[in-house]
Amino acid sequence: MAEIAQERATKISIHDGALLPVKGERRIIDSWRITIAFAVMALVTLVIFAKEPYGQIFSVVVKGAPLTFGVTAGAILGAVVIGLFTGLGQIARGRALRLISGVYVELIRGIPLLVQLIFIYFALGRLFQLDGLPAAIIALSICYGAYMGEIFRAGIQSIPKGQMEAAMALGLTRGQALRYVILPQTMRVVLPAIGNEFIAMLKDSSLVSVIALRDILRRGREHVSRTFLSLETYALVALVYLIITLVLSKLVAIMEDRMNKHEG
Amino acid sequence: MKDNIVEIKGAEKDFGVVMALKGVNLNVERGEVVLIIGPSGSGKSTLLRSVNHLEALTAGNIHVDGTPLTGEGADIRQIREETGMVFQDFNLFPHMNVMENITLAPIKVKGLSKKQAEKKAGELLKKVGLADRAKAYPGQLSGGQKQRVAIARALAMEPKVMLFDEPTSALDPEMVKEVLDVMTDLAKGGMTMMVVTHEMGFARAAADRVVFMDEGEIVEVAPPAQLFDHPQEERTRKFLKHIL
Repeated sequence: MAEIAQERATKISIHDGALLPVKGERRIIDSWRITIAFAVMALVTLVIFAKEPYGQIFSVVVKGAPLTFGVTAGAILGAVVIGLFTGLGQIARGRALRLISGVYVELIRGIPLLVQLIFIYFALGRLFQLDGLPAAIIALSICYGAYMGEIFRAGIQSIPKGQMEAAMALGLTRGQALRYVILPQTMRVVLPAIGNEFIAMLKDSSLVSVIALRDILRRGREHVSRTFLSLETYALVALVYLIITLVLSKLVAIMEDRMNKHEG
Repeated sequence: MKDNIVEIKGAEKDFGVVMALKGVNLNVERGEVVLIIGPSGSGKSTLLRSVNHLEALTAGNIHVDGTPLTGEGADIRQIREETGMVFQDFNLFPHMNVMENITLAPIKVKGLSKKQAEKKAGELLKKVGLADRAKAYPGQLSGGQKQRVAIARALAMEPKVMLFDEPTSALDPEMVKEVLDVMTDLAKGGMTMMVVTHEMGFARAAADRVVFMDEGEIVEVAPPAQLFDHPQEERTRKFLKHIL
């Protein structure tokens, strides 16, 4: 039936480096379960049974978790706002708006995040007296905003053309149609993609350790410089990131699943 | 003097690859029900969608109740407020329930209060036989129910003209009647309607005139009985033989 096909079409999937469980896989043993079991077992064995030096390393490293999550959460909000405007700019009727957002996307995608981060903190930060935390959030927001713009553009364009036509035919302005009809539907469509970006960003947030922010990685590095326990420390740092990422990617997968079920 | 509510003059639409309208003239009187039939690609949907500017004409002009679509005094939003449109694919807003679908435009465009809009919507839902489905979401409705909600949504703006673009084409056969019944009631109530459809039963029951289009032109216009039973043009005869 035409209307079912149409409703099914309002779905986009964007994949990145985040470890996502293969959709539809329902076996007892899947790659996600093996990995999380391994990671949790390794952590528990080291921290609880082997104890020192791991217990101490762990207590040092997890102190960086609030900062890692804080930077990521702040930057995802910034990136969503920037991405929304970029996405709208990409589909704008005015050529100037399309060009501006297009140039922004090209520019940002062409420069490595680490370089952007260093540029904003060490170069612009000097000029504007930026602290590390705002610099990190701004850099991550600007960088991910460009990718988020693509997600919003694809999301907006995935809404059937008839929705805009129906809204306009009722007398709504283009702005009203976007606000009340198109964007609420877009938000639902892009939510899983934003979840995936959150995971990717959480991993990339480890780059902020170069600008002296005490996130998970930075705490680990500081600990190594005091104790020279590099293998033990970085193994734990990796495990902590791995477990966080695995749990989050499962949550995103569940969210995607729910949305698929609720569709229509 | 005739009281024309829709005046189409020299309407042309060039899609680049194909000329969808080649200079169409058509007037619709207040209270009249005009059916537009023709083979696919004849330009009938394009003509209908030009009336509320979902398609922009390449040349020519259209007036709706005196307001022109282009040129001096043109006001597209005014025209859209005064014309209701019903689509083949319903185009209900899936994230809003039935009540919200119907009240969105009256609240946002006409500035009605939520209470006023909901009262009006309730009456309209009763009229289309769906008073008990106000809280349902489009995904929970059958095709026929969706289209009846879409009609109620268009009527909520109190349009002077209703445009129907193949309103029953996406429906399962057993649901066509419930939609046509609503449309017939509407026609009997004096609503001006332009309908693109091949429902001959509806044409005979409700239409004042039938327009036959082919290749971007109006070939023949006549009351339904005359057009179906005694077509004057060869092209009309050929087409009718295919669909009857």
